Amino acid sequence: MRLSRGGLIDRDRTLRFSFDGRGYEGFAGDTLASALLANGVRLMGRSFKYHRPRGVMTAGSEEPNALVTAGTGGRQEPNLRATMLELHEGVAARSQNAWPSLDWDALALNDLFAPFFGAGFYYKTFMWPRGFWEKVYEPLIRRAAGLGALSGAHDAVIYEKAHAHCDLLVIGAGPAGLMAARDAARAGADVIVADEDSVPGGRLNAETEAVAGKPGHVWAREMAAELAAMDNVRLMTRTTVTGAYDQGSYGALERLPADVAARPGAPRECFWRIVARRTVLAAGALERPVAFAGNDRPGIMMAGAVRAYVNRWAVAPGRCVVVFGNNDGAHRTASDLLAAGVHVAALIDSRADARCDLDVPFHPGARVCGSRGRKALEAVEVAFASGRRDKIQADCLAVSGGWNPTVHLACHMGRRPEWDDGIAAFVPRAGMVPGMWTAGACAGAMSTHDCFRSGAEAARGALDDLGLKAPAAPAPPRAEEAPYRIAPLWQVPGKGRAWLDFLNDVTVKDVALAARENFRSVEHMKRYTTQGMAPDQGKNSNVNALAVLADATGRTIAETGTTTFRPPYVPVPIAAMGAGAQGQGFAPRRLTTSHTASQAMGAPMIEAGLWFRPSFFPRAGESHWRQSCDREVAHVRQAVGVTDVSTLGKIDIQGADAGRFLDFVYTNTFSTLKAGRVRYGLMLREDGHVMDDGTTARLGADHYVMTTTTAAAGQVMRHLEFVHQCLCPGWDLSMISVTEQWAQFAVAGPKSRALLDTVLDAPIDGDAWPFMACGPVRVGGVDARLFRISFSGEHAYELAVPVRYGESLFGQLVARAEDMGGGAYGMEALNVLRLEKGLLTHAELHGRTTAFDLGLERMLSPKKDCIGKAAAARPGLTDPARERLVGLKPVGAIKQLTAGAHLFDEADAATRENARGYVTSAAFSPTLGHAIALGFLSHGPERHGDMVRMVDHLRGIETLCEVTPPTFFDPDGGRARD
Amino acid sequence: MRITCPICGARDRREFYYQGAAVALDRPLPEAGAQAWDDYLHNRDNPAGPTRELWQHEAGCGAWLVVARDTATHEMLGAELAMTAREGA
Amino acid sequence: MIELKEQTPCAGLVPLVIGSVTLDEVAAGRMTAIAPHAGRRKALATAFRAAHGIAWPGPGRATGRAGCRALWFDHAHVMLMGPAPDPGLAEVAALVDQSDAWAVVRLDGDDAADVLARLTPLDLRKEHFKRGHSARSELAHMPASITRIGARAYQVMVFRAMAGTMMHEMRVAMQGVAARAAG
Repeated sequence: MRLSRGGLIDRDRTLRFSFDGRGYEGFAGDTLASALLANGVRLMGRSFKYHRPRGVMTAGSEEPNALVTAGTGGRQEPNLRATMLELHEGVAARSQNAWPSLDWDALALNDLFAPFFGAGFYYKTFMWPRGFWEKVYEPLIRRAAGLGALSGAHDAVIYEKAHAHCDLLVIGAGPAGLMAARDAARAGADVIVADEDSVPGGRLNAETEAVAGKPGHVWAREMAAELAAMDNVRLMTRTTVTGAYDQGSYGALERLPADVAARPGAPRECFWRIVARRTVLAAGALERPVAFAGNDRPGIMMAGAVRAYVNRWAVAPGRCVVVFGNNDGAHRTASDLLAAGVHVAALIDSRADARCDLDVPFHPGARVCGSRGRKALEAVEVAFASGRRDKIQADCLAVSGGWNPTVHLACHMGRRPEWDDGIAAFVPRAGMVPGMWTAGACAGAMSTHDCFRSGAEAARGALDDLGLKAPAAPAPPRAEEAPYRIAPLWQVPGKGRAWLDFLNDVTVKDVALAARENFRSVEHMKRYTTQGMAPDQGKNSNVNALAVLADATGRTIAETGTTTFRPPYVPVPIAAMGAGAQGQGFAPRRLTTSHTASQAMGAPMIEAGLWFRPSFFPRAGESHWRQSCDREVAHVRQAVGVTDVSTLGKIDIQGADAGRFLDFVYTNTFSTLKAGRVRYGLMLREDGHVMDDGTTARLGADHYVMTTTTAAAGQVMRHLEFVHQCLCPGWDLSMISVTEQWAQFAVAGPKSRALLDTVLDAPIDGDAWPFMACGPVRVGGVDARLFRISFSGEHAYELAVPVRYGESLFGQLVARAEDMGGGAYGMEALNVLRLEKGLLTHAELHGRTTAFDLGLERMLSPKKDCIGKAAAARPGLTDPARERLVGLKPVGAIKQLTAGAHLFDEADAATRENARGYVTSAAFSPTLGHAIALGFLSHGPERHGDMVRMVDHLRGIETLCEVTPPTFFDPDGGRARD
Repeated sequence: MRITCPICGARDRREFYYQGAAVALDRPLPEAGAQAWDDYLHNRDNPAGPTRELWQHEAGCGAWLVVARDTATHEMLGAELAMTAREGA
Repeated sequence: MIELKEQTPCAGLVPLVIGSVTLDEVAAGRMTAIAPHAGRRKALATAFRAAHGIAWPGPGRATGRAGCRALWFDHAHVMLMGPAPDPGLAEVAALVDQSDAWAVVRLDGDDAADVLARLTPLDLRKEHFKRGHSARSELAHMPASITRIGARAYQVMVFRAMAGTMMHEMRVAMQGVAARAAG
């Protein structure tokens, strides 16, 4: 319930919200958890495995119990920690993992069967019968166990990614972080301060202590304001640094305030990649529970969280509170409760020698050993120092087992922290993450005074490294410096289940069982029991669990060691890491200059790498793509067709050694090519397999332009740079991609020259333009390039103009082609045309084929070395039994050929062992009137005329085929040359 | 992860393309024999410690780099231009 | 004889004004990639200055001004933007016309750097990326050239065929930045 005064909340701003459909009110400054507690709501969730009723346990991002879902449909967000959800007007939160309701959960039945569900239960139980796992057990378990659910709707929320750079990243804006940031900023460093809370200050906002003579939270607010006003400081609140990565890179998740996130175009969260030259980790510490029977009942909370609710949010977590601890924090908690007017029924200190000067019933040497109540705490059972046991009525128990420094980020690079007996906790070692200092409670400094001092020290160290002179910084302000006194207490022996991992329902017994069954390594225990594998990643349970394991295995905690700390520190939505990568943002789209016109003509666009190309251009009356494709093929064979080939890679290569270089990267020779001529080239990888093919034109003595396939353009460019820079760095040449400079169109067919004559400023002189000629031309006064090359087998040209003219030229070429009985053709027709000619694409150049396999072994010039030549000569790559390129045509009743099908000898069974080859490309040839295919067949060239069976197991097609040479149409090539 | 390009300075890993061991710089002569070519093409050390690798600053200056780093600690030990790098380390 | 119409890379997509930031296309004029022949770098730098009146930029730098600007472009190339290259440079360098290869825009406004921080991993802090600095990097997975041309102004270039994607990415980033600044 809400206290009548105090707290850092704004009582003038009332906010309405709902939980599980019921309306409540809270104040600005509340979290969902504090507002629910203020309204007397204590049952906030059900546990993962046993569906135990649970209440809020902490006041921070480590919260294991109070997980809720907010929003609906495309804005639904599950697994929000009520402790981190800032209250805003109208927020509607729902509980999770309970059915039909949080109050009456049918699967709470699991709890009665708990004796059967211990550690290793799945491994032992669901082994048999074997077939049951997929059909019975797994679906059952998936339904029963779980956290919040996604809505299934498309995510309508905007997420953002961003980069930031700084000299010093300060992680945590508590006393140590603020002090480090202050000193570094005053020395002129470029500082980012990130804190996951909405308000800087850390524990200063949750305690009543004074700093520099004023309330701690006021000092923190003033310091934060001073920092925020400095040009060289970026203060990032609501930002959790989630991971430490190589070379000073950090991941951080920023949550935007609800009112900002509600604006149009605003993101809900931003995932930051922060690059910092140096870092101060001032992440504080997390309080740990004590394991005793029934320690998970709603109303049992961490003592530090109780203080936070009382002091920061003016909420009494109960009317009658018992405080239990093994350190002085318990006394501080009792004192704060008394000051707030809350009844403290007992202060139970496990230390027999502890003293108390508070006006409360004080029980040194006693321990809480059990709890009573159903969905909320009603009483605690206490074992007194005398041996007497009794019950004390209470609706809230504040527990402190001590504090664990938040060492996580310091451990992300794989180093382990070390055990410190003085504070009974793991602390970071120096140098665990290069460039990182640790300060404050995360480094084991437990008083505010020590936090200030270590923050200032860390800043000094970082500034030294950065080469910045620290000005004589003012001494840290006066602050509380009481020593931290603690006597370890991990578990209270007794009957009943004592929880360690609240989220995954792992108890002391489970860990003991793991040890008994010889899962003695902490990593094995973790996996056997699932302790530490829940969304809180063991923040509330790891140290306790390994203390229990140490005890069960007769080792010290230091010997037992920790499990591995991995990013992220808190759960990060995948949507935030992949922000923007939906729809148009999925990948860059490369559009040709004919894109708009192609779409206007109704062409479906298909992806080719990042490019989009037209499949076919449907005309009125055509209801199937094959009709359009067949017509377009006929246009090219009989009249003239136009297609956009701008997507092919074009690389400009210049220099005195350009020809020599091409001789080295191609299997064949280019240094002898005459200027004004084009040659087909084959490029190998150094392992002897084909990388790519294409034509290269010689524009001048020292000037070539190479064409690559669309898909391999980037790879080839990288390869050429590799060969030049790494293998022949002294050679005089330079290269640059000109793919984006030129819009290039193939004009193909018997009427192609006639068409071009209407477009070019001067008609084509047949004698000067034999097959494989190239040179400059002018189109409408614009300088252009013309290549007489053919990928269709027809008399054809490719005309290239600067891209700004592409759209205009394409439209006019298509219009003229249509006037001449032809038209535009798309990728489908282009594929049929090249298949009829047995020309290759990456269906055949798929990375495992050699020049020998392709029947192009004669292109390997014997007169020179080239990339891949030595390896291509290996016996295994020149074995006649290799699968080599052939053509295929159907000869039986079945006429269908399909790419991906396998080839078998006629008499063989169609089994994997008998496969003799496979089909790479297949199409119906309207020119020939039947299906044709290219494939690879063992001993292929020796088998022309043989019959083979093509079997497509996936589609259930079996076709008897004749093996043919790969060129089906115009094998002499006369049509292209004439 | 960040790599310090000798031309561009420290840059994010996403600007770089990873190739493999810097062995690729030491291309055998054509007649070096099967063993030399096998080693060049296929045989690689897999050290837990310092290693020399080829990376291209593909989205940056385009230079191929010999990057020395420690596979165990992830420490970057240096980067030089492949154009001027000498073989061996 | 036909007549060819020209189209600019960002036709129909600019200008874009969101919050404090304006994005507009730059008519860059001629763009020529220039790479020295082996051993001619010094000669080229001298000839370049003599021909165009601006210095040959070193790595990561830009020289000149709007209308005649030279950007360091990669380990081999400098991009001359504005004038046609002096033909004499061909004696010592390879010249490649790139006038149509890039979409060139100017991003201007108080929050321009914040917009770019959402799209590129470059360190654009003002002390580290000053006026006259130019870098090749990624812009939302696109190869890009980014140059600081004013106190709060940047020139950004991506492949011309990716102009649409650049505008989409810029718009999303500008909206996100503007939404934070509003209210």
